[in-house]
Amino acid sequence: MRDHSTSAFHEPALDDHIEKHLHAGIEVTRDDGSTLSVALVGNPNVGKSLFFNYLSGMYVDVSNYPGTTIEFTKGRYKSFEIVDTPGVYGISSFTDEEAVTRDVVLQADIILNVVDASHLERDLFLTQQLIDMGKKVAVILNFMDEVEKLGLEIDTRLLSSSLGVPVFRTTATTRAGFDQIDSALYQARRGSQNPALHHRLHSLLSETGSEAEALLIIEGDEGVSQRHGIAPGHERESLYIDRRNRVNIIINSVLVEKNVRTRFATLLGRWAVNPWTGIPLIVFALYVIYLFVGKLVAQDVVNFTESTLGHGLWEPWIRGIITQYISPTSWLGILLVGEFGVISMTVTYLTFLLLPLVIAFYLSLALMEDSGYLPRLATLVDRSLNAIGLNGSAVIPLILGFGCVTMATVTTRLLGSEREKTIASAILQFAVPCSAQLAVVAAFLAGAGFAAMAIYSITIFVIFVAVGTVLHRILPGSTTPLLIDLPAMRIPRIDNVARKTAYRSYFFMKEAAPWFFVGALAVGVLQVTGLLTVWQNLLSPLTTKWLQLPHEASTAFVMGMVRRDFGAAGLYNLALQPNQVVVALVTITLFTPCIASLMVMMKERGWKEALTVWAGTWIVAFLVGGILSHILI
Amino acid sequence: MKTNSVPLHQVQKGSRLVVVEIPEGRSRSQLIRLGVVKGEFIRCLERLPGGTVVIQKHRQEIAIGVTLARNILVAYVNAEEQVKA
Repeated sequence: MRDHSTSAFHEPALDDHIEKHLHAGIEVTRDDGSTLSVALVGNPNVGKSLFFNYLSGMYVDVSNYPGTTIEFTKGRYKSFEIVDTPGVYGISSFTDEEAVTRDVVLQADIILNVVDASHLERDLFLTQQLIDMGKKVAVILNFMDEVEKLGLEIDTRLLSSSLGVPVFRTTATTRAGFDQIDSALYQARRGSQNPALHHRLHSLLSETGSEAEALLIIEGDEGVSQRHGIAPGHERESLYIDRRNRVNIIINSVLVEKNVRTRFATLLGRWAVNPWTGIPLIVFALYVIYLFVGKLVAQDVVNFTESTLGHGLWEPWIRGIITQYISPTSWLGILLVGEFGVISMTVTYLTFLLLPLVIAFYLSLALMEDSGYLPRLATLVDRSLNAIGLNGSAVIPLILGFGCVTMATVTTRLLGSEREKTIASAILQFAVPCSAQLAVVAAFLAGAGFAAMAIYSITIFVIFVAVGTVLHRILPGSTTPLLIDLPAMRIPRIDNVARKTAYRSYFFMKEAAPWFFVGALAVGVLQVTGLLTVWQNLLSPLTTKWLQLPHEASTAFVMGMVRRDFGAAGLYNLALQPNQVVVALVTITLFTPCIASLMVMMKERGWKEALTVWAGTWIVAFLVGGILSHILI
Repeated sequence: MKTNSVPLHQVQKGSRLVVVEIPEGRSRSQLIRLGVVKGEFIRCLERLPGGTVVIQKHRQEIAIGVTLARNILVAYVNAEEQVKA
């Protein structure tokens, strides 16, 4: 805060400053001439990004917060800098998201606090904390339409005077009240702090420089305490309980229940967590996703994009241009536009195969997230995942893994502890076949009969459970328990879903694409240097003697290290018995993750862990494949 | 009160409860933020096989994993509901 010399009872200097310029029609800036920063803060799923988009329009800048993997978005509105923050229930540093939000809030001049009006009990805790921090706050009460539908009434005036900050009513679906957001920025002000707190914060001011930081130190925030070299306080709990009570008192006075109705959305939410109705709902949801991702996108769309656009248009075109300058049979020609060419095959793969799939998966995820179904799905599967050392939240990376293991590995970030991240990423690398591989596997199994399909599925499932169980046993520590708020079920907003999907897809491609090029280059180099054949011969005994497969199958294993579907596709030309098909597919599925997954895992989990898992997949794949081979063949 | 208290993962679905004790540790602050504090009235909306519970507090619904629910002590508001359990 720049106005710590003034107390809450005086108009802070900054207000006067804004006021003067506002009337003079001049851009609002800080005293040093830099622009004012506005942080959009709120609980998860309150529609924050909608307000962000409304204010900043198209001019946004998405990036990772320095030193973290948390995304945050910046934009401009008039002369304000607008920063969107990850949704949190309070300001501290329990999770990486919270730490990012905390730092954005500490630096912000103005806080636009978006509140879900139908969940005041939950949301006002954060509001009161922001006010206690001495920040200039304006509250946006969103979802006013739902409040009405629920048969509730909120006395906005009383709420505003209780909190001491302006309160604005909006409805996300119709954009009613959005015209007031502009004035919210100018009217934001310091609210009614907990009176007992105010002078205590001031006594710390000389050390911390701001009331906000002083409060966080008293509340025992380790990060902020460390920055100022002050021992963290021990009063988090008593302050939290005080705040909770204060919020409860405010709510009792401002919220009137007129004729409370149970909405269909509420019922649907209940059904989703009841095993009798919830399990059919999961099956239904998965089936719809399968129809959309597995059928429509993976088959129809990708068939067109990959064959027609990729192999049909892009590759001949670029090959034509390149070969004017470089001979296609030279080593450079092979590297660039050969069978595994960096600019022929890899570009096709990334843009015409992977991108449509990634978009389809992220779209499904965003729909499940914004509808409020995802946390309920997590609740329903929580106990089953406990058995393999995870909690319900891990359902997200596990589902995404069937799309792209690399993408799923990135998502393990959102899990509660390092232990869970390790378990989830290991399971993904070991036993989850990605969609590209699944397509090839499914085609093979369809030809090999029902028994082959059953043996394959059961084996993979057993390994899936075994990897989780073993890691759960040997890793120190315990699983963090599930503790999540279940947001109201809502019809997702298309623009929000679209934007989320676009951001995530863009981020994923930006992060993973380079490694697909590296992978292709690696195979290309192996090919031109003749190392590919050396490698194949090296693996050959293992393939023919132990797995009892043809010599050529070893090519599949080499290619499988680069891209998982290559591995499986490499088996196409071999005349295999149904039993050999099962052995080959099980081995190739359990075999190493693709090179992009490996690289992303190195980045996320460190090279030690990544290489251990990588080496482990060799052992498990050949061990299980071999055993199966000796039983079946 | 304490003598009648039961761990949250064992309560009867649909029953009205009062929170008697929340455990120390990592989840405690988050529980307080979400308003699950000693003396608060809650309702058990769902108890899944295995012990994951969904509780309702006003209009808010919160899912709690069994390892945490086991350490949250609650008491029945209506004695009859306890008998059923």
